[in-house]
Amino acid sequence: MIEVEIITGRTIDQGKTVEEKLTEEYFKAVSYCELNEEDFKALGLSEGDKVKVKTEFGEVVVFAKIGDLPRGVVFIPMGPYANQVIDPSTDGTGMPQFKGVKGTVEKTDENVLSVKELLGVK
Amino acid sequence: MEAVCTFCGNVCDDVEFDVEKQKGKRFCPLGLSKFQKKERIKSPMIDGKEVSYEEAIEKAAEILVNAKRPLLYGWASTVNEAIRLGVILTEIVGGVYDQCASVCHAPGTLATIEEGLPGGTLGSVKNRADMVIFWGSNPMEAHPRHPTRYSVHAKGYLIKDRKDRKVVVVDVRRTRTAKLADKFIQVKPGYDFAVISALRAIIKGEDIEVDEVGGVPKEQLIELAEDMKNAKYGVIFYGLGVTQSRGRDRTVENAIKLIQLLNRTTRWIIWPMRGHYNVVGAGEVPAWEVGYQYAIDFSRGYPRFSPAEFSAVEMLLRRDCDAMMVVASDPAAHFPRKAVEHMKNIPVIQIDPFPNLTTLLSNVVIPSAVAGIEAEGTAYRMDVIPLRVKKLVDSEFWSDEKILEELLKKVEELKG
Repeated sequence: MIEVEIITGRTIDQGKTVEEKLTEEYFKAVSYCELNEEDFKALGLSEGDKVKVKTEFGEVVVFAKIGDLPRGVVFIPMGPYANQVIDPSTDGTGMPQFKGVKGTVEKTDENVLSVKELLGVK
Repeated sequence: MEAVCTFCGNVCDDVEFDVEKQKGKRFCPLGLSKFQKKERIKSPMIDGKEVSYEEAIEKAAEILVNAKRPLLYGWASTVNEAIRLGVILTEIVGGVYDQCASVCHAPGTLATIEEGLPGGTLGSVKNRADMVIFWGSNPMEAHPRHPTRYSVHAKGYLIKDRKDRKVVVVDVRRTRTAKLADKFIQVKPGYDFAVISALRAIIKGEDIEVDEVGGVPKEQLIELAEDMKNAKYGVIFYGLGVTQSRGRDRTVENAIKLIQLLNRTTRWIIWPMRGHYNVVGAGEVPAWEVGYQYAIDFSRGYPRFSPAEFSAVEMLLRRDCDAMMVVASDPAAHFPRKAVEHMKNIPVIQIDPFPNLTTLLSNVVIPSAVAGIEAEGTAYRMDVIPLRVKKLVDSEFWSDEKILEELLKKVEELKG
């Protein structure tokens, strides 16, 4: 397990599939977490492995990928997976803290939920 | 056929799309996938059962009229004509109007209320800007044609070549846009405010007395400050890296103060990289109708603005709304988990062309025509330039404008 700061944001694939949220393509575009290569190795991960991302606000299982990030910072594309773990409090601005949330990442064998399962609907 | 793209805030008005062949010209990957055919909500629905438009609209009207405090949210991916009707509808039902900027660029609106907005159009950037800073924004993935049309490779009146323009990216990660820039400055997450304060101090001629700020070495800060002072026309395009991280509106406010300082000796502007094609309209239209851009409550019969109380996320977190109507947006996908929870407790009405996560939580679903392809109307580009988006093809689906017009009539009828 490592301690991280989680950031979220747009990607080209998230944008291309944003109007097709119930498809496999959208699922692939938003259900992963990018880590720095050294962090990735430190967790004993290989491409296609899954990680559990936890914060005080929730947890989510996503696929792990190597990304161009500093050590200790992980990136999840904006969307329902990222929104399980971001900080909902708005400090009176109406804006939750979608970026820069402290949490942990660990390797897991648990499954990545579908968007429907994540939402708790059939 | 000539088209105007209705995906991102660039609202590219130089594109062409052949509806029959499903082929486009000059589109970026985001715009092209927007225009290409995809699965639609097939029919109006009440609790999953297919019904007529009239039945769905009647049910939606009943929900809104019977609610004590309905939240009417979304609006960023529709045209001004529809948004205007949405504002009127919210006032009549005594509800709360909020829009996507609330979880996007609204902190910039709060900063503008405090400090004003030294701004300019994308045209002025293309023609004049010899220094462009993307701060917490990544147009290569969010506004792919922005760099070529306006801000990096674009040539104009005073900018004849890519070499005439210095491009800097300030971000916490090396984004695709950073790879395009002359200089990349890496900030630790949440330290934008401090870095901006350091730049203000250096530009004022003060010593910052530390070796680094927010992970940026002092020498790099001094160099950036010098470049900013020496630019003839500079621009900061800021993104959600600023508005969605620690500091939010206060960070934007600090950046505006930095721009004001630079404007004592040279010319600088600052502008938000607005996301959805008409998220500007979702704020401008209520501003010209009732005086505020978002988080507007009509429960007392007159408009009140308070993001701490009337923003959609706050309303849902505190369970302050007893019904919700979502137009041209997908809060079930884009709101924090805790806020989405309350959407499961209350009746939800959705007006949207495409099935999404909000559809899965909606009691009444009303499919609409896609503006820019199947319906026309006016949208504001990210720099508040109004553009007429076109209808390229007839559709069986009603436009947002028609749906809202009929809904408004029904609500007025029920209220007597």
